[in-house]
Amino acid sequence: MIQTDIIIIGAGPCGLFTVFEAGLLKLRCHLIDALPQAGGQCSEIYPKKPIYDIPAYPEVLAGDLIEKLMEQIAPFKPGFTLGERAEFIEKDAEGQFIVKTSHGTAHRAPVIAIAGGLGCFEPRKPPVEGLADFEGHGVEYIIKEPDIYKGKRVVISGGGDSALDWALYLANGVAEEVTLVHRRDSFRAHPDSVQKVLDLAAAGGMRLMTHAEVIGVNGGSDGALAELTIKHKKEGASQLEVDHWIPLFGLSPKLGPIGAWNLNISKNAVEVDTFDYQTNVPGIYAIGDINTYPGKLKLILCGFHEATLMVQSAFKRIHPDKSNVLKYTTVNGVNAF
Amino acid sequence: MADITVHVIDREGVQHDLEAPIDMGLNMMELCKASDLPVEGTCGGMALCASCHMYVESAHLEQMPEKSEDEEDMLDEAFFVEDNSRLGCQIKLADLHDGLVVRLAAVG
Repeated sequence: MIQTDIIIIGAGPCGLFTVFEAGLLKLRCHLIDALPQAGGQCSEIYPKKPIYDIPAYPEVLAGDLIEKLMEQIAPFKPGFTLGERAEFIEKDAEGQFIVKTSHGTAHRAPVIAIAGGLGCFEPRKPPVEGLADFEGHGVEYIIKEPDIYKGKRVVISGGGDSALDWALYLANGVAEEVTLVHRRDSFRAHPDSVQKVLDLAAAGGMRLMTHAEVIGVNGGSDGALAELTIKHKKEGASQLEVDHWIPLFGLSPKLGPIGAWNLNISKNAVEVDTFDYQTNVPGIYAIGDINTYPGKLKLILCGFHEATLMVQSAFKRIHPDKSNVLKYTTVNGVNAF
Repeated sequence: MADITVHVIDREGVQHDLEAPIDMGLNMMELCKASDLPVEGTCGGMALCASCHMYVESAHLEQMPEKSEDEEDMLDEAFFVEDNSRLGCQIKLADLHDGLVVRLAAVG
C-alpha cells in the first residue's frame, strides 16, 4: 500500500503544480494517471503547441511547460503511478481514503485531489449501432495480444500511425487477411509507413479500401462479429466477412470511473465549493478542468490558483491543530524533502 | 459592428438560432460551447481533437477556405466525415457567415 498525504488523480499541469504547493507545506503527494507519462493533455494531445497565457511566459510549448513543472516539483519527490486508471475510492476505519487502480495498485491518504482534466483518455469508439455487443467478441480498440489475430480476417480503420503500423504488422504473416479502411486516400501517418502500406497493397499482401468507412456491424450465430458494412464514397455500400475489426481513431477523454464516486456531477464536471475547491465529499477536492462552479474557466492558469487554495484547506484537514501555514518562497526558499 | 445569426442543429435535430458577435475573433466551436451546446472542444481550438466536428449545411460552405492539412488530418479521427464536414474551431466567424447553418456530427 502506498501511503501519502495527498493522492492526486491526474498528472496534468494542475496535478503537478499541486505537488509544489503541498511541498511548501511539507505535505507529500502521489500522482495517479491513466496515461503512461505525466503531463495530461499537454503531453498527450499538444506537446508542440505554444501556450500564451501562462504569466511571465509570453510563449511556452505545452511539452516544455510540463518539463518545467516536473523540475519545479522534483525537490518534493512526488510518487507516480502511471499507465493505471484510478478506479475505486473507499474509506477505511481510520477515515483515510483508499484509491485502487485498474491494475490493483492501492494508495492510502487522508486527502484526495482530483485533477483529472476532462477525464481518462480512452479509445474513440465509432458511433455504429450495436458496436458494444461485439466488444471483446471481434471488436478491439487496443491491440493487447497480437497472437489472437493469427490466421484471422482483420479489418483496421484509421489513417494514423497506429492504424498503419498495426496493419503492416498483422499483414506480415500474422493474420490471414488484412484490410485497411480509411476515409480518404492520403494518410497522416509517417510517410515511410504510408509507402510500405501502398507497396504491400499493390503487391496483394493487404487490401486497401480508401474513401470508405465502416458503418455497420453484424454478428454470426455464435454472437461474435462476422460481417461489416462498408460505405464507399462513390460505389455505395458493400459487405465484408471478417473475424475482427480494430477501429483506431485515437483517444478522447471520458469522465470514466469518477462518475461513480458519489460526487455531485454537473455537465461532465465535478461540482466544488470555491472556498477551497472541496467536493460534496469532505476530504475529496477537485481542481482544474474537471471541476465546475459559477464562473468556471477551463484554463491552466486558473487550475494553478485552485490547487494553491485547495492545499491550504487540505493542510488544515490533515493538521487541524496547526495554523498559519502561508509560506512565502521569497522568505524561505524551497526546502526539499 | 452588428451581430450575425447562425443556426446550429444539435444531435437531437433541434435547431438553435444563435446571435454571434463578429468582432471577438470567435469560432463556431467557441460559440457552441458558450451557448451550452454539446461541443467539447477538448484541445481548445487547435484542430487537434476532432471533438467539434460539424456539417456545414448552407451555401456558405462554398465561400469557406479549403481545409488545411491539419484539419484534414484531424477529421481522420472523426466519424461519418462528409464533403461538408468541418471542425467548428476552424470556422472563424465573420459577417459573411450570417445565416450559416451547421449540424453537429455524432461523437464516439
